[in-house]
Amino acid sequence: MVTTPESSVAARAKYEPVIGLEVHVQLLTETKIFCSCSTRFGAPPNTNVCPVCLGMPGVLPVLNRRAVEFAVLAAMALNCRIHETSIFARKNYFYPDLPKGYQISQYDKPLAEFGWIELKQNIGKKIGITRIHLEEDAGKSLHEGFADATEKTAIDLNRTGVPLIEIVSEPDISTPEEAYEYLTLLKEIILYTGVSDCNMEEGSLRCDANISVRPRGQKEFGTKTEIKNVNSFRFVREALEYEIGRQIEVVESGGKITQETRLYNANEGKTYGMRSKEQAHDYRYFPEPDLLPLVVDEKWKAEIAKQLPELPEARRARLVKDYGITAYDAGVLTFSKELADQFEAAAQAAKNPKRVANLVQGELMGRLKSRNLEIGDSPITMQGVAMSADLVESGAISGKMLKDLYDLSFERGKDFGAVYEEEGRPVQSSDTSTLEKIINDLIAANPKQVEQYRAGKKTMIGFFVGQVMKASKGQANPQVVNELLVRKLEG
Amino acid sequence: MKVTEKDVAYVADLSNLELTEEERAHMVRDLNSILGYIDMLNRLDTDNVEPMAQVSDRYGVDTSKAGSERFAYANREDILFGLRPSLPHEEALANAPDADETFFKVPKVIER
Repeated sequence: MVTTPESSVAARAKYEPVIGLEVHVQLLTETKIFCSCSTRFGAPPNTNVCPVCLGMPGVLPVLNRRAVEFAVLAAMALNCRIHETSIFARKNYFYPDLPKGYQISQYDKPLAEFGWIELKQNIGKKIGITRIHLEEDAGKSLHEGFADATEKTAIDLNRTGVPLIEIVSEPDISTPEEAYEYLTLLKEIILYTGVSDCNMEEGSLRCDANISVRPRGQKEFGTKTEIKNVNSFRFVREALEYEIGRQIEVVESGGKITQETRLYNANEGKTYGMRSKEQAHDYRYFPEPDLLPLVVDEKWKAEIAKQLPELPEARRARLVKDYGITAYDAGVLTFSKELADQFEAAAQAAKNPKRVANLVQGELMGRLKSRNLEIGDSPITMQGVAMSADLVESGAISGKMLKDLYDLSFERGKDFGAVYEEEGRPVQSSDTSTLEKIINDLIAANPKQVEQYRAGKKTMIGFFVGQVMKASKGQANPQVVNELLVRKLEG
Repeated sequence: MKVTEKDVAYVADLSNLELTEEERAHMVRDLNSILGYIDMLNRLDTDNVEPMAQVSDRYGVDTSKAGSERFAYANREDILFGLRPSLPHEEALANAPDADETFFKVPKVIER
């Protein structure tokens, strides 16, 4: 629940929030950024460690080329300028989950700068991306759940040295909704590039938000607070909502915002200041002497660019163009890369791609949603949708029958094709209107045969029955077909 | 004097060092002497000299190669245990001042 202080509601209009987001994304490499330990999540604690990531004396980091390529891919997808030369730097601070006493990161010469993401709700508004840099992750501190937890903290260093990119936005974000949209789009783009799984539960994507308020029209920024490690986009939105209200209340009552780190308590919907040392962070960055400059020249960049897949925005535009579907349909179908891939494969195999799109959106998505299923868990595959679309297209089954078969698929947890077989390949054989349509089409398409029949060659009826049976995939009731044909041909 | 006792106390704190009064005074003298030398170096004209944090990117490089290729030797492929395997769990924990059978243990951490 978001609890916005009441008094801020009136004051709110007078203030403008200024929000910037820092997103950390874990790269899906096999090994860590500076050593060849595994990055696998969920391994027993302190088993994916070696002298390098444990920070033993005398060891040297060796850069993982794949991590660089993934970072460059992400930067390209986010419209950044990639610097040919960037420099690793040491960020010095003491914390037990950082065994070296410094984090290898990038500082004044990051890998990439000047990117942007274009929002959709507020059409045309671009959120700038200040920079994207490579760095190593720290380990994990566990404060609770141990017999000696009151005196000790347990440390797992498996995550130490896992490659990260930090994506820093410009303070261009003006509302919690925009922050939410930016994060959603960012995640979508990163997922499409395939450089991260963006799994927030496993910490593959983490977000910190910087937020300040200023009277509308004022140029200078207000004092900001930083909300750290909020573990869902919805909570980021809620935390910002709360924090904006809190800051306005403080300023309105004549107080001053303290620059500090705050934590969001999702149960209470409130942020709390962390106890912090009076001294500001002073990381004393300096160039990492153990690593050479990172050089990504045009040649390497071109090689990496070849791995860049079609991005969501471009794909939506192409789906509209290629399949004649609406922009809305394209948006639904590109919800994930996986879904879009499956759709395209199925649509290309089907007679009418637009019908496949409509069925996915109209019949499949709703059923998945009402059962809380992901597209990956759908009993009906895209091939099943394509098959059903073809059956409706040919007139073999009606829309009503398709809905019933979809319901049966979900009931039985089986694909459309299996249920269609189990039901004995039903057809709308007794549905005279469909048969009439087939017959009308046949009569129109075969004037010569109609003429022969009407001239007295009654055996021609056999030709027409055969054609109707073929059009109905052999499922039409022959007696009904005969009666209808006689009536139509005689009439 | 450039560096004061206060500066020394601040830097010592950042470095998790506990200095005695005597050591602090000593550090003030040492650091000022070093900075005095730096001042002398600062009199040199370095306008057209690139800052250098590394010698190996400037000297001893294979000049027949350019761009990324020149530094490729310092990178590695993303291959599990390509450099060396991870340490056996017991060995990883062996040198820790405090550990249980699974985790490193440190005095309770409250704030970050």
